[in-house]
Amino acid sequence: MQNLIKNDAVTEDAWRLIRSEDESYDAAEDVILPLAAWLAVDPAARSGQAAPWLAPDADLSLLRPVLAQLPLIAIDFPAFTDGRGYSLARLLRERYGYQGELRAIGDVQRDQLAYLARVGFTVFAIRDDRPAEAALDGLRDFSDQYQATVLQPEPLFKRRTQR
Amino acid sequence: MYKYDEVDHRLVRERVEQFRDQTRRYLAGELSEDEFRPLRLMNGLYVQRHAPMLRVAIPYGHLSSTQLRKLSHIARTYDRGYGHLTTRQNIQFNWPALERVPDILAELAEVEMHAIQTSGNCVRNTTTDAFAGVAADEYLDGRAYCEIIRQWSTLHPEFAYLPRKFKIAVSGSADDRAATQVHDIGLHVVKNDAGEVGFKVIVGGGLGRTPLVGKTIREFLPTRHLLTYLDAVLRVYNRFGRRDNKYKARIKILVQAMTPEAFAAKVEDEWAHLKDGPATLRDEDVAHYASFFTDPAYEQLAANPEAFTVPLVSDAAFAKWVARNTRSHKQTGYRSVVLSLKKTGVPPGDITAEQMDAAADWADRFGFGELRVAHEQNLILPDVKESDLYEVWQLARQHGFATPNVGLLTDIICCPGGDFCSLANARSIPVAEAIQLKFDNLDYLFDLGDIDCNFSGCMNACGHHHIGNIGILGVDKNGEEWYQITLGGSQGNHTAIGKVIGPSFAQADVPLAFEKIMNLYVEQRLAGERFIETVRRIGLEPFKERVYAKSH
Repeated sequence: MQNLIKNDAVTEDAWRLIRSEDESYDAAEDVILPLAAWLAVDPAARSGQAAPWLAPDADLSLLRPVLAQLPLIAIDFPAFTDGRGYSLARLLRERYGYQGELRAIGDVQRDQLAYLARVGFTVFAIRDDRPAEAALDGLRDFSDQYQATVLQPEPLFKRRTQR
Repeated sequence: MYKYDEVDHRLVRERVEQFRDQTRRYLAGELSEDEFRPLRLMNGLYVQRHAPMLRVAIPYGHLSSTQLRKLSHIARTYDRGYGHLTTRQNIQFNWPALERVPDILAELAEVEMHAIQTSGNCVRNTTTDAFAGVAADEYLDGRAYCEIIRQWSTLHPEFAYLPRKFKIAVSGSADDRAATQVHDIGLHVVKNDAGEVGFKVIVGGGLGRTPLVGKTIREFLPTRHLLTYLDAVLRVYNRFGRRDNKYKARIKILVQAMTPEAFAAKVEDEWAHLKDGPATLRDEDVAHYASFFTDPAYEQLAANPEAFTVPLVSDAAFAKWVARNTRSHKQTGYRSVVLSLKKTGVPPGDITAEQMDAAADWADRFGFGELRVAHEQNLILPDVKESDLYEVWQLARQHGFATPNVGLLTDIICCPGGDFCSLANARSIPVAEAIQLKFDNLDYLFDLGDIDCNFSGCMNACGHHHIGNIGILGVDKNGEEWYQITLGGSQGNHTAIGKVIGPSFAQADVPLAFEKIMNLYVEQRLAGERFIETVRRIGLEPFKERVYAKSH
């Protein structure tokens, strides 16, 4: 079962998250694979799409050469108190210019969504035991921000003095 | 003082509503204890020994009289009629009911206050010199930058879930009064050879279990690069700081593990990508924030009016108070007044609702409606005319605010200790009181002169015992409360971590140990030598011998 928020709505899609390298999947499935498994995939051998998910300590340089072709990158939150994924997201968006879907997976809950969206996540795989409908409200917790991040590249202090 | 605009107001109100909903979900069982904890901590709410404790932010220690009256209202309405000023220039309420905290926050929002990030693993309240803007020795009034940092750190989407708490201090004067060397980041204003003003960036200082003096990773950072550089430091810490062990998660451990040079290089690499980006401060941006911190309408006054000098000569008690509890001001004819919250028998830093109301009235009547909280846990009236000092002193005396002990041994910096805090190993308040009683002879106390005495009830070091000239640490020995004494610590430009003098003491023996230490100092000091200078000159050994000598 998916518990997905995308484009401000609860939705489903075809991607299947493969957590472990031992897990099996079909050549026709669209799969999100552990980074190491994804690097080893032979695209010619399968008809479905493949995308990587990153652990919070992932080395982004491995992805850089292929970022432009990637339809999706997922970043894992092993615990919602682990904030490393926020920095990875900004690096992918702001430094490496990644344009595709950025999906938060793992311990993802309502109270993180406002911040996740601001650093560049576009899709949120809400933890299975939490209602995604209710979590949607988390995207609306704040109507503005002080800092310059992905969703608002101009810091508030500049917008203030430009008025 | 900074005034909220519509966006500041809106964001704080939205945070109140977010927290109201989080509290509702917790009480309804939709959020577990473990899930609610980080959320409530990020809003300053602890669950303590007796009740929740709410820590309210006082950004860089600045308060208006209106805000202080609101705090007194909250103390009366939601608490037991008092609050506790902390070493981070904040205020804590020890008895609020969990269900009513959202209402307290809504009341605070009305006067441009909040509890955002007063706890939790995020960027905490930025602190600075309590005399910023009125001190005579200032290079730069750092308050505009403090507000810029406050806004940058508030609800920062990238840095809300750091490995551990993160504390920033700013010092704008030659003489560092903000303890910048024992913060995660210390920003000390400096001038370069070209006369430009910038920040010396000190990283990885801190107290707690592993007390360390910070390392300078950049000698000169032009002020316009402040935020991009902070982003770079925080990003390196957020990505590479340890998350497997809470006691090794502070940035100081990362800096130590990488070496300061390698850490600095990593920050420079990160900064190379952020430098000159959108968060670079332009002159007009800084001017906008500085416009809130202009001088009030000072009168042009002559120094030493008769209304001041006459009682100074005729009233020795007033003269003592002026000597200890007032401070020179950049504006002739004015002084800053420190209202001491270190009266014997009252927990250091505690302030009653009546005292808050009284101080707010004096701020309006004698000053410009502003007050400051010092990290030494006292309250300050920054701008008082010399001609008003005699009256202010009399009023302060009536309200238990005029103990003339600022900077003296009994002006103890102290955490709430085991009476309130569930982390503490030992009580601090009764021991602080016993020390204050031992040294209640004012002439003797004055003769001992400047001594920073800092007291923590456990190794988390909220009372900053490591940087006290004389420090006390409460320790647990088989379920009993014992106290370790350290000597030689100091803050400021010569920051040093104190050293333990030997085995710890039972509660009843602490005042006697203090007396022996002070006696030795009086015997050994050279003319005009302060306590810390004697300790540095003669070392710890003579003190050890004296304190632990067998009585005969």
